Amino acid sequence: MRDVAVVSFAQMPSVRREAQRNEVEMIGPVVQSAIERSGIGRKEIGFTVSGSSDYLAGQPFSFVMALDAVGAWPPIRESHVEMDGAWALYEAWVRLQHGDINSALVYAFGKSSPGSVRDLMALQLDPYCVAPLWPDAISLAALQARALLDRGDYSERDFAEVASRGRAAARDNPNSQVTGGADIDALLGEPYVASPLRRHACPPISDGAAAVVLAAEDTARRVCERPAWIRGIDHRIEPAALGVRDLTSSPSAELAAANAGVADGGVDVAELHAPFAHQELILRDALGLADGVAINPSGGALTANPLMVAGLIRIGEAAQRLIDGDATRAAAHATSGPCLQQNLVCVMETKQ
Amino acid sequence: MTERIVGIKTPIKLEYTYTPGLASSRYLNGVARGKLIGQRCPECSKVYVPARGCCPACGVTLGEEVEVAQSGTITTFCVVNLPFYQAIKPPYVCASILLDGADMALFHLIQEVPAEEVRMGMRVEAVWVEPGELGPTMESIRYFRPTGEPDADYDSYKEHL
Ligand SMILES: [Zn+2]
Repeated sequence: MRDVAVVSFAQMPSVRREAQRNEVEMIGPVVQSAIERSGIGRKEIGFTVSGSSDYLAGQPFSFVMALDAVGAWPPIRESHVEMDGAWALYEAWVRLQHGDINSALVYAFGKSSPGSVRDLMALQLDPYCVAPLWPDAISLAALQARALLDRGDYSERDFAEVASRGRAAARDNPNSQVTGGADIDALLGEPYVASPLRRHACPPISDGAAAVVLAAEDTARRVCERPAWIRGIDHRIEPAALGVRDLTSSPSAELAAANAGVADGGVDVAELHAPFAHQELILRDALGLADGVAINPSGGALTANPLMVAGLIRIGEAAQRLIDGDATRAAAHATSGPCLQQNLVCVMETKQ
Repeated sequence: MTERIVGIKTPIKLEYTYTPGLASSRYLNGVARGKLIGQRCPECSKVYVPARGCCPACGVTLGEEVEVAQSGTITTFCVVNLPFYQAIKPPYVCASILLDGADMALFHLIQEVPAEEVRMGMRVEAVWVEPGELGPTMESIRYFRPTGEPDADYDSYKEHL
């Protein structure tokens, strides 16, 4: 395996509605900033890959127009995943293993504001027997939360504690969208959005974009004082039918974490892509994180949840802490699909 | 014997609010005033009409606003002979038009000239709708028509084919 590291990360502040700029105009400054911070020339970048969804944009091949933001002339090597940018980063990591290129640009963008995101998420479900019923995203998450409560290990107060910690952490993160109201009893006084989920246990609707530059071996060492070396990365998926899964655990996250090597050494920090509060509890167990681990110091997806971006942000936030020297070993996680169906885990270290 | 199911109905309707973005809004607002406005790339100096926010070659945010001419040169074209749902009767001509002062060709109709007389290098100008009918849409330009000037030199547009 070739050593590959995150050498730079940039994101735009998540907002409820980016009413002025289109996707290209959102991505442009983020990509430019990530490339600038990487110290690698734009034309030097060997591979470019993005993650986004046409369903969010409401137009087919919306990612093709986004290419304007990266300057594809002379023609570049490029790819796209109709997934969160974390999976684009996985593709870039694989591509760098080929050995013929030394750097890659990964970016992700998502505007949830143009449509009704709660409804359009139903279209990722079985198109014959489930999607026609239009189960909305929050109701499905509530189904999972209810199952978790019924198992008996967690309470609604635990959900509120997750949200409270996230909001408190988000105060130091200029890119987050939700910061206020971290008093647990006040949070528990909120009405249900979909029982047992109250507003604080659900993510905000966000527009956002993020970019990461990866570099291999000597290139990474040349441009970055403390590269965030990717020690392990794996992603696993569970069946699509919700009825065949145990929604109270995450075997796919557990397996991805084991393959990525989370347990091979303690982690100081973990960025978990848990759009709903109860999912952070499920993931904490799946990754086997010890009590002392700083979980979601960025505030997490409960405080900023740009779809197709929030997973890549987790990797970027975790990597940034290593690059800044605030941590030495980190785990980052991204999820996709309803109720944590698909999960990616990436372990990064500063140690060579 | 059970009936063979060959299809099901699952109606899907999603509504979106379109955001044209800063650059396209600037362009469309210009069209609504009868003007063609582009933007210059700060790196390669090319002028894009309509602009989309970033220079697709350099990948940098476009800068200076530039109004370009309403006349230009046909770089390439096609004759549409097939009738489908279009408002104009075939045959008619669609062309890439390099406006004077622009570095990216624009797509529009060519009228007021028989289709067989249209050629590369032909000089054309915009014909707008009546001032009261102008709006933020490409339909504010009805079509382009020949100006009668001599054809442009091939070298002047060969980079834009
Ligand atoms: Zn340029």
